[in-house]
Amino acid sequence: MKTLFFAWRYLWSRPLGAALNVLLLSLGLASITFLLLVGHQLNKAFERDLAGIDVVVGAKGSPMQLILSGVLHVDVPPGNVPLKAVRELEKHPLVDSVIPISLGDNLRGFRIVGTSHAYIRHYQATLAQGSLWDAPMQVVVGATAARQLGLVVGHTFVGAHGLGAGGHVHGDSRFTVTGILAPSGSVLDRLVLTDTASVWKVHEDFTAVDADDRKVMEEEREITLALIHYKTPMAAMSFPRYINTSTEMQAAAPALEISRLLHMLGLGTDVLRAFAGVLLLTAGLSVFIALWSAVRERSGDLALLRMLGAPPAKVAALLLCEALWLGLLASLVGLLLGQAFAAALAWLLQLDNSLLIGGMVWPPELLIVPCLALGVSVGAALLPAWGAFRVSVLSLLQTR
Amino acid sequence: MIRSRQLRYAYPGGPTLDFPDVDVAQGTVLLLSGPSGCGKSTWLALAAALVAPTAGELVVADQALGALKNIAADAWRARAIGFLPQKLHLSAALTVQQNLALGFWASGQPEDAARIADALQALGVQELAQRTPAQLSGGQAQRVALARAVLLQPRVILADEPTASLDDEAAADAVGLLLDTAHTHGATLVIATHDARVAALIPATFDGQIGFQPLRLVRKQL
Repeated sequence: MKTLFFAWRYLWSRPLGAALNVLLLSLGLASITFLLLVGHQLNKAFERDLAGIDVVVGAKGSPMQLILSGVLHVDVPPGNVPLKAVRELEKHPLVDSVIPISLGDNLRGFRIVGTSHAYIRHYQATLAQGSLWDAPMQVVVGATAARQLGLVVGHTFVGAHGLGAGGHVHGDSRFTVTGILAPSGSVLDRLVLTDTASVWKVHEDFTAVDADDRKVMEEEREITLALIHYKTPMAAMSFPRYINTSTEMQAAAPALEISRLLHMLGLGTDVLRAFAGVLLLTAGLSVFIALWSAVRERSGDLALLRMLGAPPAKVAALLLCEALWLGLLASLVGLLLGQAFAAALAWLLQLDNSLLIGGMVWPPELLIVPCLALGVSVGAALLPAWGAFRVSVLSLLQTR
Repeated sequence: MIRSRQLRYAYPGGPTLDFPDVDVAQGTVLLLSGPSGCGKSTWLALAAALVAPTAGELVVADQALGALKNIAADAWRARAIGFLPQKLHLSAALTVQQNLALGFWASGQPEDAARIADALQALGVQELAQRTPAQLSGGQAQRVALARAVLLQPRVILADEPTASLDDEAAADAVGLLLDTAHTHGATLVIATHDARVAALIPATFDGQIGFQPLRLVRKQL
């Protein structure tokens, strides 16, 4: 313990140098923390929100866009598909279940999603208040959305057109809140859920010019996409091909698209990782220079420790403990900075709202950060420690 | 007690130094003097078991140093030798009290705050315990360094050029302080110096100059 105490005092006898080294090391570690956090949270979000969804069927376009818009709710959908076509899919022998998703409106940025009760059951969400809808224009609000919008059971509101805040307000169509979901940690937390018929009603009320027009609309009803669960995993071999070649719709496999997305993100991640590596290397060199200079400047003090009876290993341990302190402090600062960077990214990109990134999480993979910090600092201290180990006590004897 | 017989040290690839035999009783003073390069530093290094003699016998504080190696030598040095270097090497990062505590840490002994306080008090610098070396005068710093040297009750005190760069008055104070401290602790005092004033500053209660070349030893009793 005393070794750590003296090392601490020696370290801070050069406060500016010590602070700069901690900062430099921290920046490299913060970059790595940031990458680990973003990677961890994205993986968790994908794992959580894509679970049990074998394929997503929607309008032709970008399959990744379909997944991002329909499952993760972070993008706009490529278009709509006819309701009749989706109804046909429900009868397909390879299909176990179909969850309809209709998008188009929002409440102050929170998406109003037309769907069925099966969507709530899929994510095993439970009600914190009230009940599920049993008629159009009734909504169940996700926990995050309810908290941020200040909604409780019995409140009414009107939605706005579009998926982002600021669209045209559907003033004549009021929704009533019948239930609030308990937090489930899934995408449902930030959605406003209603019956699919509500979405049709709002838009038909808004655009139909007369009864005939409304009748035509009813016959041509659409939904945005369908989340499909197969009866058997073997369906993955033929069902998407059937959809893509035999219908006007497209099928997108979430696992495949997310794998593509992660691969694309991986290229950027590699650049950031390389940058973090350069920062760590620079920090390691800086620590090395600082400790090497310390050994040179304090060679007399170190020699005196030998004269006072300290074995060479104890003198070297003092240097290593200084490096340990640097590593420890840098770990702490780096982890906190990394968390701050992730929070800033989430805030800038509004990803905290989408639950993709946000909140302070401490996944086990962050353990690598202190390990790296200690590895770099102790690695950089090895040569100076060897210098301290070999310090010549004879240099103290300056008799002339 | 210090005793040497046919002591020799050969620097690897360098000169070989032969030292005259000495017998220094416990509680007496050995004055090493001579010009630069005559072997004063080497003699101190041998007496502190920092280097092993190439040949001959050297006994310091009842310990034959020829066979003493590595950790055993470090442990013996911590117990038996107090060292006052020319440049005091009080760590600027530590307070006076912590500089003394460093002695306990270095020797692997548990820290004893009371002994630190006693050592500082004996040298009249107890009120400086929480100051840093930068806040001390030259004389105060030398007293603190001496307190550090005698903290572990050594049987031999090695002082290297204790009067270098000091005026006559300060030099007399420094030598007087060393003699008093050694006397208080019953330690044998070895002063290595090329300062001709030092010999005159040691009370001539015991005279018996032993001259040899290139290393001169002046032996006096307290």
